[in-house]
Amino acid sequence: MKRLPVGALVLALLFLSEVQAQTIRIGELNSYKTFAAFLEPYKKGMELALEEINRAGGVNGSKLELVSREDGGNPGDAVRVAEELISREKVALLTGTFASHVGLAVANLAAQRKIVFIAAEPLTDKIVWENGNRYTFRLRASTYMQTAMLIPEAVKLKKQRWVIVYPNYEYGQSATASFKKLLSKAQPDVQFVGEQAPPLGKIDAGAVVQALIDAKPEAIFSSLFGADLQKFVREGKLRGLFKNTVVFNLLGGEPEYLDPLKDETPEGWWVTGYPWSQIKTPAHQKFLDAYRKKWQDYPRLGSVVGYTTIYSAANALRKARSTDPEKLIAALKGLEMDTPFGPIVYRAVDHQSTMGAYVGQLSAKGGKGSMVNWRFADGANFLPPYEEVRVLRKE
Amino acid sequence: MEYTSVLIQFLNGLASASSLFLVAAGLSLIFGVTRVVNFAHGSLYMLGMYMAVWLSERIGFWLAVPMAAAIVGLLGAVVEMVLLRKIYQAPELLQLLATFALLLVIKDAALWVWGAEDLLGPRAPGFAGTVQIADGALPQYDLLLIALGPLVLVVLHFMLAKTRWGILIRAATQDREMAGALGVNQRWLFTGVFALGALLAGLGGALQIPREPANLSIDLSVISDAFVVVVVGGLGSIPGAFLAALLIAQAKTFCIALGYSKATLVVEFMVMAAVLVIRPWGLLGRVPANLRGPAAVPLPFHPPSPRMLRIFAVLSGALVLLPLASDAYALVLLTDILIFALFATSLHFILGPAGLYSFGHAAYFGLGAYAAGIFSLQGKFPMELALALAPLAAGLAALVFGWFCVRLSGVYSAMLTLAFAQIAWSAAFQWDALTGGSNGIVGVWPAPWLASKTAYYYLTLLLCAGAIIFLWRAIFSPFGYALRAARDAPLRAEASGIAVRSMQWAAFTIAGLTAGIAGALYAFSKGSISPEAMGVQRSVDGLVMVMLGGLQTLSGPLWGAALFTWLQDAAARNIDYWRAATGAVILALVLLWPNGLGSFLQSKK
Repeated sequence: MKRLPVGALVLALLFLSEVQAQTIRIGELNSYKTFAAFLEPYKKGMELALEEINRAGGVNGSKLELVSREDGGNPGDAVRVAEELISREKVALLTGTFASHVGLAVANLAAQRKIVFIAAEPLTDKIVWENGNRYTFRLRASTYMQTAMLIPEAVKLKKQRWVIVYPNYEYGQSATASFKKLLSKAQPDVQFVGEQAPPLGKIDAGAVVQALIDAKPEAIFSSLFGADLQKFVREGKLRGLFKNTVVFNLLGGEPEYLDPLKDETPEGWWVTGYPWSQIKTPAHQKFLDAYRKKWQDYPRLGSVVGYTTIYSAANALRKARSTDPEKLIAALKGLEMDTPFGPIVYRAVDHQSTMGAYVGQLSAKGGKGSMVNWRFADGANFLPPYEEVRVLRKE
Repeated sequence: MEYTSVLIQFLNGLASASSLFLVAAGLSLIFGVTRVVNFAHGSLYMLGMYMAVWLSERIGFWLAVPMAAAIVGLLGAVVEMVLLRKIYQAPELLQLLATFALLLVIKDAALWVWGAEDLLGPRAPGFAGTVQIADGALPQYDLLLIALGPLVLVVLHFMLAKTRWGILIRAATQDREMAGALGVNQRWLFTGVFALGALLAGLGGALQIPREPANLSIDLSVISDAFVVVVVGGLGSIPGAFLAALLIAQAKTFCIALGYSKATLVVEFMVMAAVLVIRPWGLLGRVPANLRGPAAVPLPFHPPSPRMLRIFAVLSGALVLLPLASDAYALVLLTDILIFALFATSLHFILGPAGLYSFGHAAYFGLGAYAAGIFSLQGKFPMELALALAPLAAGLAALVFGWFCVRLSGVYSAMLTLAFAQIAWSAAFQWDALTGGSNGIVGVWPAPWLASKTAYYYLTLLLCAGAIIFLWRAIFSPFGYALRAARDAPLRAEASGIAVRSMQWAAFTIAGLTAGIAGALYAFSKGSISPEAMGVQRSVDGLVMVMLGGLQTLSGPLWGAALFTWLQDAAARNIDYWRAATGAVILALVLLWPNGLGSFLQSKK
């Protein structure tokens, strides 16, 4: 009789290890507290995707499990958290990160520890180009791609005097550099007559707006977002900066940054973003319905990114039929899949997905911000030629 | 620039100065009377913003502003009575720890109540338009702010100069003990001052909502600005704070106007460094009255007792044997803990035995880390050489900065260290070619023979333990005793032939050098280094570790670093509101063991 509990215990342990063998773990880390406005919807998107995948039977006969962690918003903590996911949680691959420097640090760690990393949100071009490595893939349209998407409209205007305002860190700096380069190429007589680089989150909007007015611009290129953008819009409207200028604002149409503007949404600005209520494609409608049903809330861009990230991981695991990093890399290179924004490919040449973005103009109709005159810009059309990319990647 | 735009920019500067002054005045008032460095002052400001946005949807903007300020003032009174009252007797700087914990709790509370999205408030009814100035425009609301700053200054001045309450406050600012001895009820005086300071912070925040959305990152950015203003103006001096706010706001505005917007990152710290080097007590500050009595002299350190030595022996043995029995992640976490233990011990070396405050110790940690990265990636040095040379770079910086810092004392010296740290930080942030800018340096990995977690753990253990033992030995060397003498009785120490400043300078340099060792080890353990490594947050973390462990104990920084690092790791993994959880644990510890964890261990011997 005494042996029975021991036997039961052994059985239970066997059963447990069986269950463990049947799940594949995805390790996810992000700066949930630092960039909460974007990342809360992002997490909801991930959870929706996870639920759908597991309801449909999981991947390769196993359930998917998401192990999600706070990365503290700095590379040092993020690397420690990633180490924990790799060595203690034994995850099959890593995903996530938001800020450029955190993404780059984790990407570098991924190469060092030989584990696949799908960078979900960092926009920095370097993560797939200058600092690209064979273990790192990136989902979202990069700073360069989104800047390039705005160029056709900017060129059409034939404005000569441009001023630029951007948050002073990697994202704003590289958006500005790409914009200047691309616009000068398409329109050689363009002049950049002023530049303002306020610290992220700390724009002194009154002084910045006045300085821009003094430069007498015809058009403005901005990559501000969040609180900086709201302050800039309010002061700029008040002081009449936008009266005779055309404004281009990267990311300005993303619900995360657009919705807080409400009735103060500036009319006619050209932005990249996500007009979630107006996209009628079947793929998006399916996502929209499922999301609203699960969360009783509308999706933000973060939701789409989180959702698609988990599907990218699942599809890679399916195609590889394994969790082996080398097989996963082979599967992700050239992986084709459907997303709420339509089909994408993870390019073999630089591991960048061709996920696009919506380009359009802002409108304050009905007391809240929305996008009008929009079109979908497929990411594949806004990437530099393979030869240029190869040079950047030093391959 | 045309004449009109110079004028408008000047008025912009005045409006910003008013906003700055409101929040700085409260901070200055609180510090002047209670000597509390209120780290949560920015959080009170943030609460004022959220409260005002929330209220103005219900009762309109003009009622919402005073209401929000009153509520925040009330909250300040509660905080003072429940928390700060219990720890006035504790070592100085402990209040810093308590208010830091408060900051964490308030941040998460705001997230919980108001959500993550920024809340843009309404424009002020009646002041929503602009006034025409020549061919430019200035918001009416800015004019209102411009008027409000001096108005608050006058009201405060009248209150302090003419009312009985104000006279008591001034008496307490001048000489706390004497005011108490003359029968002034300090308890209510302190509560009242703290409430007033909180009210001013809340008012500052509430008045800001037509210009800026309420958001969760405003607390830290406001507190650092307010500190700078208070110190530049002279601690406890309200007119000084006004003058400083004016100076700093105009400096920032004209950086933007003249096309040097990138300089706004650091211009306030440059102003502060310049002011403190020329006027050590700020623009209008006075030499602070010395605290009297035995309470002012910290207890001396004792060499570790035999029991303590046995604990260390067992602990070291366990740390050496640990890799045999643990998983790889435990080693990663322990490597972090060891590095921070050395960082905290190096900070403790100047805070405790030398009595030099530093709010910018992360500079030397970061410089060590950056030097390691630059030597190994740009200089192509072997990793071992880079690791050996990097601390020297940090030490060299400490040698230069230290020369200025030891000339000042107390919070002024601490703020000068902060100014230098911020200047170093912004250099790392902006110097793309050398430091990789905001991305930092990526790909700093150890040599192959040290690449395994176990090998790197042993390297860290060896270097950190060695450096910590060296620092402890120094405390009980003639040099350490000289530092103690210089801290407790500078005049007597000089009279007996100790070169006080040189001793402190040397201590500062040694602390910087050892922090640099920690930084270099950190860089190679993470594979990358970014500006955060030398940011304010890291300096604050260091202070928190030292204060958690206990300033007046030898081994305190070790326990503090271990607890804080482990707590952050564990809480962030398991709890959504991990910042609040960390804050709550710190608050509990502060109230239970005001002298730190180390004192708890010592008291049981």
